[in-house]
Formats: sequence, structure tokens, C-alpha cells
Amino acid sequence: MNQVLQLLLDGEKLTPEQIGKVAGLSRGEVEKEFRALEERGILLGWRPVISPNAELENTVRAVIEVKITPEREGGFNRLAERIARFDEVESCHLMSGGYDLLVFARGRNLHQVASFVSEKLSTLEGVLSTATHFLLRSYKEQGYLLDVTGLEKTRPDVSP
Amino acid sequence: MKLLDEDSRFLEGDVKETMKSDSQRFLAGHVRDLPKSGIRDFFELVSQMTDVISLGVGEPDFVTPWHIREAAIYALEKGKTSYTSNYGLLKLRRAVSRYVTGQFGVDYNPDHEILITVGVSEALDTALRAIINPGDKVMYHEPCYVSYNPSIALAFGEAVPVETSAADQFALDPAKLEAAWTPGCKALILNFPTNPTGGTLDRPRLERIARFAVEKDLLVLSDEIYAELTFEGTHGAIASLPGMRERTIFLHGVSKAFAMTGFRIGFACGPAPLIEAMMKIHQYSMLCAPILSQEAAWEALERGGDSVARMRDQYRRRRDFVVRRFNEMGLPCHTPRGTFYTFPSIAATGMGEKEFAVNLLREERVAVVPGTAFGPCGAGFVRACFATGYDQLTEAMDRVERFVAKPSVCHV
Repeated sequence: MNQVLQLLLDGEKLTPEQIGKVAGLSRGEVEKEFRALEERGILLGWRPVISPNAELENTVRAVIEVKITPEREGGFNRLAERIARFDEVESCHLMSGGYDLLVFARGRNLHQVASFVSEKLSTLEGVLSTATHFLLRSYKEQGYLLDVTGLEKTRPDVSP
Repeated sequence: MKLLDEDSRFLEGDVKETMKSDSQRFLAGHVRDLPKSGIRDFFELVSQMTDVISLGVGEPDFVTPWHIREAAIYALEKGKTSYTSNYGLLKLRRAVSRYVTGQFGVDYNPDHEILITVGVSEALDTALRAIINPGDKVMYHEPCYVSYNPSIALAFGEAVPVETSAADQFALDPAKLEAAWTPGCKALILNFPTNPTGGTLDRPRLERIARFAVEKDLLVLSDEIYAELTFEGTHGAIASLPGMRERTIFLHGVSKAFAMTGFRIGFACGPAPLIEAMMKIHQYSMLCAPILSQEAAWEALERGGDSVARMRDQYRRRRDFVVRRFNEMGLPCHTPRGTFYTFPSIAATGMGEKEFAVNLLREERVAVVPGTAFGPCGAGFVRACFATGYDQLTEAMDRVERFVAKPSVCHV
């Protein structure tokens, strides 16, 4: 794997300078690598990983199972892409199994998510049914554990 | 820079004697004369300081993978708090047998050819005590792990170190080994990849050493603790070579590869009469390794392969970075093919390894271990461990670079 990408995925907070030092590249080369990753559609964007349990605005999250009718041309794609464009939708995936799309949605409050589902999502032509589950509490987010007491450092500074 | 008192004591190798009282007369002579590890003195020095980035560690920075910790918790919940067989849990010995066959290509019978110990340290100590008659000579390569020489002395053996060098990438030169042999040599300790140098042995050398061991009827104690942390090529165990299984005690454990140093689980594999002799010592001194740790080790050996691969990939990337940085700043450093240690030469600075370590600590707050802690031929080198996150590693390397670039680099 690309070394710059690997360092980003390792999840340590490193400046472009530090990434450059580790990968043996200049800062300019690291920036160029970032741009290349973006242009190739591998790196989609930059945002912090925020605890879902933090009391921020837009923090009501829901998972919505959606059944839709596939179309002769393109199958599920047209409708899935249309659903994905709503601002409330954080991510949208075609699934195997009992339903077709799994949609992660976010709203300021319960009411806003409910309106999105009842007024926008379920009224779309081709959407057969929806089942909405609200997230109550999170324990792990994108590989980061939440509300877990930190590990204690026990490793001595010098050992054989 | 003026040296503080502790520095001077450290540099002079003076031992801080607190109470040199009459009670010393109770001590056995060979224990009283045993030097304290140089690591210990340096640890004292480092522990008095704050904001130190330590490259002086000898263990992984990763916490034991959760599935292994969880197995230990589960065992505790199930009330597994008893002794085990002196040999260790049979299911763990079976797992060791499968693992060693799969990874190293040597078969050991779990019933009487495998002993579970409290780390490889105990396994090595027990093996030496089982085989040495007073005055027997034991060969080993230096620089090496700090316990080899004292463990031989504690078993009343005579240590025969063989130097390895940077020119040789710290591999053991069979010719030097052969030249160091004298009548009375009974055993040879091998540890490749090596702490502190990261040196490894290629196949031709391993084969030549094996032939030499057969020729001189040497028993080989092979400490394989860093075997999984081999970055290039495959690690070959000497026990897998023709004629070697019968004259090798294969020592290994879960500490390094599985990030389980605190669990203290090692194992010894070898011909039944040797393992049985070791078991007797283990039985009367240790009784058995802790059962919870044995349960965790079973989980590690059976299901820990992916965790090891993930950590090894991390170490390899960190190694590439640290080796490149040392060489860039003018501290020649070979690329270790295994372990998580680099062993750069600091001769170009004009400082001895102890001065270098003390001054680097005082001036830039980076801890490295003087090479002589691992044997006299470590003079002119320091050990820097790269089992640390990148933010710390990049900062540490910048500090070392700043330190060696100072015009008055010779301070003492």
C-alpha cells in the first residue's frame, strides 16, 4: 500500500512534515501525494472522528433499512444515488439479505430524522418500505473505543 | 556541560552502595561478584527525569491484542486459578507443538518434549543449570541479551563470548566461533534475530555453525524469541537442520511477537531427557507458570497470527524510518533484518557510548542504551528501540540529530 496512505490509516496524528520524514519525502511531495489520492477518488476528505456520544448539534443518528424496487436499467443504482444525495444521509450501502439499502442518517433531533424518513425517503417512487432504528449509545466509532478508561502506562523507560 | 553526580557515578560504573554492611558476609561469593546490569543504572538515571522520549525499552509498545487479554479474563471468570502440570497445561503444550511444527518445521511431542516456563529467561536459566557441571564452558555471541553471561556464571559455568561486528551486520561469523572454541566447551547459545543488534543468520552460516556443533559435540540453546519479527527472508531455526534436533534446546515464548512481555510465558522444546531434567529444576523452583498466562498464551498461539503480522508490518516501517534517519545524521547504522532494535555506531561523535547516552539524555531528553550494557564489544554503539509511535520517533530523531550536530559534541 502507498506509504503515505498507510500512515494516515494507522491513525496517528501526524503533520505533513512528520509524514514526510517517516516516508522519506519532502513536504511538497507529501502534499502532492495527498492530491493524487484525492484525484483518484481514494481519499474522499478530511474530517475528525467525533465521539457519537458527544453532545454536539446534529447528533441524533439513525440506521434505516430500505427496501426498493430495482429497475430494468441500472438495478438499484439510480435510486440509491438519489437517496444518498440527501444531506441527512451520512452513508448509504447496498446490502445482501433481507433489505436492499442500509442508510445512516443524522439529524438535529428525532423529529428531523422522522420527517426525513416519512416525507422524503418513504415517498420516493420505488421505495417499498423503511425500518428506522435510532442509535442510543455508541461503544466504538471508526476503530476508536468510547468511554473506556484509558490504558495505564506500565512499560518502564529502560529495560533489557 | 558539567556533569551531575549521578552522571559521574554512572560513567565510572560505580555502583550506588547504600548499606555496605556486615550482612554482605552472608552472600555467596559468586553472587556478590556478579555485576549489576548496566541497564539498571541507566534506568535509575532516566527515572529521575521528565519529558524523556525513551528509545531504551526492550519490549513492544503495543498492548497485548484484545482477543488474548479477553481469553485471560475469561479464564479468570471461569475460576482457573489453580496450579497446572509442572510441564504446563497439556492443551498449551499441544498448541506449542503445532505452532513450532508450523512455523519452524521441527516436531516435538507435547507429552514429554515441551516445558512451559516463566518467560524464556527462566527457560534459559533452567537449561543452563540442567547441563552445566562447574567449569563447563558455554559459548555465545556478543553483544547479546544481558542475562547470558550472568546466567552462565550463576550455573558455575565459564562464559566464552564470541564477538560479532557491524561490518558483519552483527551475524555470528562461523570462523570466529571456531577460533574461540577450546576443549571443555559444552554448549552454544544462539539468539537470532539478536537483542540488541538486530543481527540475523543466513542459511549458509546457520548450516556451518550446525556442522561445527556436531563436530565438537556442542549442545545448542537457541533463543528464538524474536523469530517472528524477521522482516526480510524467512527465519531458519537451527533445530530444523539435519542432526540438530537431538542436540538443540529450542527456547521460545510469546513475549515479543505477541506483545505479551508481562504474561511471562516461555517454552523449551527438546529431547525428552533434557526437558525432563529441566522440568525437575522448574518443578522445585517455579512449580508451574501462572495458569492465566498459560491460557492467554494458548489463545495467542492458536489465533494470534494476524495480530503478529500487523505488528510486524508496523515495526518494519518504523525500522526503515529510524535507520534512514540515523544514517542521514552521520551515525552509521546497519538495517536490522529482525527485532525492534537499531544499533547505530556513535564513534563519529568522539564520545564513548556511555557519555553519548548520558549527554543525549541530559541535553535532549532522549534515552538510548549504551552498547556496552550488552557486552564489551558493544563499545562505540548504542541501542535504540523503535517500538514507539511515529510522533515520538520523529521527535526523538530530530533531537538526536540536533545533538550530534552541535559543534562541541564532545562534552566530557
